[in-house]
Amino acid sequence: MTGFVLRRLLAAVPTLIAVLTLVFIIVRIVPGDPALVILGDQATPEAIAALRTRLGLDRSLWAQYFSFITSALVGDFGVSMVTGRSIMAEVGAVLPHTIDLTLASMIFGIVIGVPVGIWAALHRNGVVDVAARVLSLLGLSFPVFVSGIFLLLAFSLHWRWFPVIGSADLSDYGDRLHKLVLPTVALGLVMAAYITRVTRSAMLQSLGEDYIRTARAKGVPWRRVVWVHGLRNASIPIVTVVGLYVGILLGNSVLTEIVFNRPGLGKIIVGALNQRDYTMLQGLMVIYCFLIVVVNLITDLLYGVIDPRVKAE
Amino acid sequence: MSTTQELVAPPAPAGWKRALGKARSNPTTAVGVVICIIIMAAAILAPWVAPYDPADQDIFNRLQPPSAEFWLGTDQFGRDILSRLMWGGRISLTVSLGAIFAAAIIGGAIGLISGYIGGRFDLFVMQVMDVLLSFPSLILGLIVVALLGPELINLVVAIALTAIAPFARVARAPTMALKERAFVEAGRALGFSHTRVLFRHILPNIMSEVMVMGTLWLATAVRVEASLSFIGLGVKPPTATWGGMTRDGFENILDAPWLAVFPGLAILFLVLGLNMVGDGLRDATDPKLRNE
Repeated sequence: MTGFVLRRLLAAVPTLIAVLTLVFIIVRIVPGDPALVILGDQATPEAIAALRTRLGLDRSLWAQYFSFITSALVGDFGVSMVTGRSIMAEVGAVLPHTIDLTLASMIFGIVIGVPVGIWAALHRNGVVDVAARVLSLLGLSFPVFVSGIFLLLAFSLHWRWFPVIGSADLSDYGDRLHKLVLPTVALGLVMAAYITRVTRSAMLQSLGEDYIRTARAKGVPWRRVVWVHGLRNASIPIVTVVGLYVGILLGNSVLTEIVFNRPGLGKIIVGALNQRDYTMLQGLMVIYCFLIVVVNLITDLLYGVIDPRVKAE
Repeated sequence: MSTTQELVAPPAPAGWKRALGKARSNPTTAVGVVICIIIMAAAILAPWVAPYDPADQDIFNRLQPPSAEFWLGTDQFGRDILSRLMWGGRISLTVSLGAIFAAAIIGGAIGLISGYIGGRFDLFVMQVMDVLLSFPSLILGLIVVALLGPELINLVVAIALTAIAPFARVARAPTMALKERAFVEAGRALGFSHTRVLFRHILPNIMSEVMVMGTLWLATAVRVEASLSFIGLGVKPPTATWGGMTRDGFENILDAPWLAVFPGLAILFLVLGLNMVGDGLRDATDPKLRNE
C-alpha cells in the first residue's frame, strides 16, 4: 500500500508543475503592466519602477518563473498587491468555511444519491425509478444561485427556519451546522442528482453480473448481496463522479458564498477580481488547482482501496 | 470510383439516423424539445413580440407585481420583466451556442488529430488537456472574463476554453478505435491522404458522440453564462441577461421576490430542456442501450 501511495504522490508532482506553469503564463499574457494598473495613470515613472522592483517584475521572465515555482511548491504565494498581507494568511483565514461547505455538500450528495440510485436500480422502470430519473434531471439543471435563492426565499424569508446570513462562528459547532444547512442543500443538489444517476446505472450493470447470481445461489441474504456485493463493484464509477464533482463544487461554492453571504475562497476571488489583485488571483488559481489535484489523488487512492487489482498494476 | 467510395464509406450515418428516430419517440426528449423551442422562439422573436422595450424605464411603475399590464411585473427601474427575459434569452443563447460551437470544433479537432497520430504526441496533448481540466470551469471562466473584460465575445472565449478539453476527450477515444478499422486501412491503401481519411472517413463516425456531448454541454454553457452574469461578469448593464436580472432581483428580494424568481426559472427551464434533449440523444446513441 505504501508503495502505491508513494507512486501516486510522485505522479501528482508533474501535474502540479504543469498547472503552475499554466497559471504563470495566463497571468503574464494579460495585457497591461500590473504596476501601472495598481498605481493608476497619474503615477510617476519612478514610483512605477519602484513598484516593479518590489513585485519582482524587473527580473527576467525565467527568473520570475523559477522563483514562482519554487516558492509555490513550498506553499509561499507572496503577498496581495492590494492589502500587502500574505496570501496564505488571507486564504487560510477563510479556507475552513469553504472546506466545510464543500465537504458537507459532498456528503449530502452521497447520502441522498447512493441510496436513491440503488433504490431506482432495484425497481427499474417502476414508479420510483421514473421519479428518480425526472427529479435527478431537474436537480442537475439547477444553477447553484437559483437553487440558493429559492431555498432562501422559502426557508429563510417565508418560514424563517434558517438565518439569512450564513457566516458562522467556527468554534460554535451547533451554529456552524445550522448555518450550513441551506448552502449545503443548494450546492449539493447537483451532486446528489449526478450521484443518483451514476449509482443507478452502475448498480444495474453490477447486479446483472454472474457473481451476484452466485451469491444469491449460495444463499447470501438479498440485502447483503445488494449493499456489499453489488455496491462494492459499482463503486468505482461512483467514486469517479464524486471526485470530478468535488472540483465543480469548489467552483460553484463562489455562487453559494455570494447568495448566502458566507466568507470563503469565492468571496476572496470576487474581491481580487474587482480590485485587479494579480498576485492574489495567481495564488488563488494555484490553490484551487492544488485542491483539485489533491482530490484526484484521493480518488486514485480510493480506487486502490476498492479494487485490489488497481493497486497491483 | 463510386464503388470504391461505397467500399470505403463508413457505416455510421445509418445508426445516427436510427438514433434520431429513437430519440424522437422518447417522451423526455419530446418535452425537452418543446421547452427549448418555446424559449428559443421567444428569444428570436423578442424584437417583434416583446410587449415593451427592455430598456424603457417607467418610474411610476417601479417594482410592480405581476399583473395584466405587466405579466411578470417590473423591476426597480420600472422595466418590464417579461420583455427583458425575452431579450436576455438572446444573450444566453448567443453566448452558449457560440462557445459550444467553438469548443466542439477546436476540441473535436484536437481529439481527432491527437487520437489519429497517437504515440508521444497524443500523450503530451492529453496531458495538456488534463491540466486544463484541473481548473474548476467556473473559476477558469471567471478569471478569463475578468482579465479580458466583460464583453460578449470574451464570454464566448471563456466558456469555450472550459469546454475544449472534454470535447477533445470525447473525439479522441472513438478515433483511436476507428483508425484500426478496415475502412480506414482501405482508404489509406487507395492512396487517400491522412487529411482526407481523417475528415471524410473518421469524422462522420464520431459526429454523433460530439453532437450528444454538444447538447449536454450547451446546458452547462447556459449555466456558466448565467453564473458569470450573476457574479457581475456578464454582458454589461443595461443589456438584459438572465444572470444579471437574477442578481438585481436578489438585491431586492425583500421587496419584490418575483424579480429573482422569474429569471431564475427561465435559466432553470432552458437548462432542463437542453438536458432532456441531450439525455434522450445519449440514450439513443449509446450502443449498450441500443438493443433495448
